[in-house]
Parts: sequence; structure tokens; C-alpha cells
Amino acid sequence: MNTSVNIAGVEFKNPVMTASGTFGSGMEYSEFVDLNRLGAVVTKGVANVPWPGNPTPRVAEVYGGMLNAIGLQNPGIDVMIERDLPFLKDYDTKVIVNVCGKSTQDYVDVVERLSDEDSVHMLEINVSCPNVKEGGIAFGQNPDALYDITKEIKKHAKQPIIMKLSPNVTSISEMAKAAEAAGSDAISLINTITGMKIDIYKKTFAIANKTGGLSGPAIKPVAVRMVYEASRAVKIPIIGMGGICGAEDAIEFMLAGATAVAVGAMNFHDPYATINTIEGIERYLSEQGIEDINDIIGAVK
Amino acid sequence: MPKKKKIAAEVISQKVLAEGIMDLKLKTVLAEDANPGQFIGIYPKNKSTLLPRPISICEFDKSEQTLRIVYRIAGSGTAEFALYDDNTMVDILGILGNGFPTDKADAKDVLIIGGGIGVPPLLGLSKELFDKKAAKSVKMVMGYRNADTFLADEFSKYGDLYIATEDGSVGTKGNVIDACRENGIKADVIYACGPMPMLRGVASYAKEISAKAYISLEERMACGVGACLGCVCKTKNIDEHSHVNNARICTDGPVFDADDLEI
Repeated sequence: MNTSVNIAGVEFKNPVMTASGTFGSGMEYSEFVDLNRLGAVVTKGVANVPWPGNPTPRVAEVYGGMLNAIGLQNPGIDVMIERDLPFLKDYDTKVIVNVCGKSTQDYVDVVERLSDEDSVHMLEINVSCPNVKEGGIAFGQNPDALYDITKEIKKHAKQPIIMKLSPNVTSISEMAKAAEAAGSDAISLINTITGMKIDIYKKTFAIANKTGGLSGPAIKPVAVRMVYEASRAVKIPIIGMGGICGAEDAIEFMLAGATAVAVGAMNFHDPYATINTIEGIERYLSEQGIEDINDIIGAVK
Repeated sequence: MPKKKKIAAEVISQKVLAEGIMDLKLKTVLAEDANPGQFIGIYPKNKSTLLPRPISICEFDKSEQTLRIVYRIAGSGTAEFALYDDNTMVDILGILGNGFPTDKADAKDVLIIGGGIGVPPLLGLSKELFDKKAAKSVKMVMGYRNADTFLADEFSKYGDLYIATEDGSVGTKGNVIDACRENGIKADVIYACGPMPMLRGVASYAKEISAKAYISLEERMACGVGACLGCVCKTKNIDEHSHVNNARICTDGPVFDADDLEI
């Protein structure tokens, strides 16, 4: 049985990755799971300089999911290169670094710093975080801006790039096409959906930022629909994510057109969620008599 | 450091301790790794929930492999926990956090200050200090809303106990710092857990009496293992992990040296 998938020339032993921001740099969950078994570790977003993120409270649970407004707190690219990448290098898994920034130059700075890092196999470009005012989402909600930044990053990136798309747009197909036209090697979707929670007794917002990104099982149907639409609009591979809780969800995304999938908020519920998803996919393939996982990509009828 | 685990634990007993305060005992091997001031995540069974509820460990028995959890019913998750009968199996994540640095108590005058639902984790701490007999003296000041002074009788077994109540029904009328002043309590080391305004008061009282204060913080958290960066607190100096003065309460805390924090 073949469970490996190929994205832009990078071979992944299986299609299960970790969604950026939900797995740290892999270190935190290595106490629970053997990172060698993952298709890829996708790191938390990193910027050219350390970012402090938003005030607390930053997270709130909602029915079937959670809101977060971490605000892309990160220690900066220098620390990632000195501390996190050497840690990940010891594992037999692919490493995808998620890159964030406030300006095109910020993104380019990080991309260039990573260009000589052989342990980084792909770059995921976060233009879709709903929780920072500058940059980020500004690039991810306008197809022209997305095209321009993708084009610029492509000029500087040695590794293949994945533009991570926002669901907070009118047409996901249009955004997917813009990324593809500008040369993105793959796209990932969806980032979180902007939401809000109000404490009716204290009459305050549940998180300090007022709005936050909704993730978890509640967003899965939206994500599956968007992956399906994007897969019909572009030829580049898609990494699907949004509320994946296990193998059944992952397979749904792949049938909708995703080449790989990422487990996100579910890691917080079950630290073993990624491994359970991998094992569940293998069981599904075996039970269904499917020899090659690639046969299910986009196979929905 | 023992590895953290998500594991099923068995409810051995549960009772109401005071209005809205539950006393739950769990059987789990994780108890072998517990220290005073650490916490566990407890997962509601309700499928609409995603996140574990971080709850401090009140007491532990390593040989019997039990954890005692005293918690307030604050929302749907803890309301569900309150319904658990004996033999209910519940998923827990642990052991989490760093706990109180009990070695700082050696040959010192120790003051333990708790407020509200910050009181329970201090019971295990008081017991440990009592058992080790390392401290020169141990005084305890616990603050409550009213005469529902849960766990107070148990604290009094381990040292001199002073009580403050908001309504003045027991002990000093006012807060824990009022009780400290009223009784002229001084110390070299303070361990505290409670609401943030109380902890600010403790930090300032510690300065006043030239004591070191170790305080346990609380914040909304998601993962509990240091990955999501939801539960951070401001630190005075750049901390090694974040590089932006944002220590993680779940893994760098919940107990911090008050001198290191901007609170």
C-alpha cells in the first residue's frame, strides 16, 4: 500500500501534517507523538523579528471549536534557525516553515534567511491570519495583492512555496487562481474563520482582541467546500485543513481534492490526533482495497 | 522530567465541599509524577467541547496513585464533571506545569496565601512542607467570600491558619493582606495562589516585608503543553522561550517568581 504523496517535488511519507500554530515547532508534542511518523511538521509562523502577539485572554472555547487571537507571537527567525531547526533535523519527517510578516519585505527577509537551510523542505506563507492588523490578511483578501506578494516571494524562495489562503473571502477560487498564476507551488486552506464570543454576564468580549479565528470541528464543512472549489479552479496541489479530527475527516478532504491534510485544533484535544489519523487512513485504504492513496485525491463523484 | 500523557483516570469519589465547590478523587498512575502546584487537564465527555479544563491538583498520593481535585463549577465542562459518579472513566492530560519550588522553604519562615478557588493547590503544598519539616515555620492565610471556608479544617493540621472573609463572618473582615497585617505576619518566603488582584497584593506585601514570593497564575489556555501560546503572562526580562517577555503559564508556570513578572 502506498501512502506517500508528492507536492511540488517533495515526497511525504504520508499526507498527514500538523497545522501551523497548533503544534509549536514540534518540540512540545514530541513528548506525545513520534514525529518520525508524520508526513510533515508545519511550524508555527515565524517573522523576521520576534513578535509579542496580542493581549490575553487569547483563546476561548465555542460550541464545536475554539476562537484564538494569539496574534502570531513568535521568537523570530534567528531563534528558529538556532533552536528549532536543529531539533527537527534529527527526525525523519519533512519540515515546512510557516512564514509571517507585516510587509512584503518582512516575508522576503524570512524566506531569504531560510534559503540555505537544507532541513526546510517547503515554506508556507501565511497571508491569512485574521488576528493581526497589519500585513497578513491584507495580502490574503485581495487577489491582486496575493498575486503580487506571491510573485515577489517566488523570486527569493529556494524551497517550493505554499500560499496559505483565508476563508474570509468572497471567492476562494479567485484567490487560489491568483496564487497559482503568480507561481505558488501549492496552496493550503483554510486558515481560521473570523468569529466573536461575548460573555453575556460580564458583558465583555471573551478574548481581548474582540475577534478571533474560529477553528475546530465546527469549521470542517466550510473547509471541505472550499478545498473542493479550489481544487476545481487550480492544478497545483492543495493541502486541506479545518476541523480535521481523524482519518474520516482527512479522507473527506482528500476526496474533495486535497493532496495532503493538516490536523490543527484537534491536537489540543488529543495530542495523539495526528498519529490516529495516519493509522486510520491506513485502515481505510486497506479495508477499501485501495493500493495507492493518490487514487482518492479529488475522487468524489 | 516524566513524559506527559493523555490517559484515562477513574473517579474514586466525589462530594460537594461547599456551594459550587466539588471535591473529586481520581485514580491514575500520573499521580506518581505530581508535585504541589501542578495541574492536569480534564476533558469533558460532551462532544461539543474541544479543550481540556486546566484544574490544579489539591493533593496527591503517589503510593495509592490518587489525585485529589477541588474545583469550582464555572461552566458547562465543570458542571459535567460534577455529575461523575464513582467508577466513571475520564480522560486527563498531565502532569502539567512546574509547581511550587518547595526547596526555597528550607530553614525559612514560610507564608502560604490562598484566595477563593486558589486555595486548593496550597493544601498539597502545606502538607508537603509539614511532612518534610524543612521550613522554620509555616503560617497560612486563606481568603474566602463567606463562612463557607472549604478545606480550612484540613489546613489547620499543617500550621498556623488565619482566615479572611469578604463578609467578615469568619476571621478578618477583608482580604488576605488585611489578615496578614492584622496578625502582623512576616515571612522569608511566600507561596500564593488566587485571583490576580490578590496576587498583585501579595507581590507588593512581599516587597514590604522583604520576602520572596512565588505566585501561581491562571489564564485561559488551549493546549496546556506550551504549543498554542494562548496562556502567556508578561515577564520583566526576555524569557528564553518566547524572546518577547511572554512566558507560557502552562509550561513555564503556573508558578512564577513574582519578581520576574509584570502583573
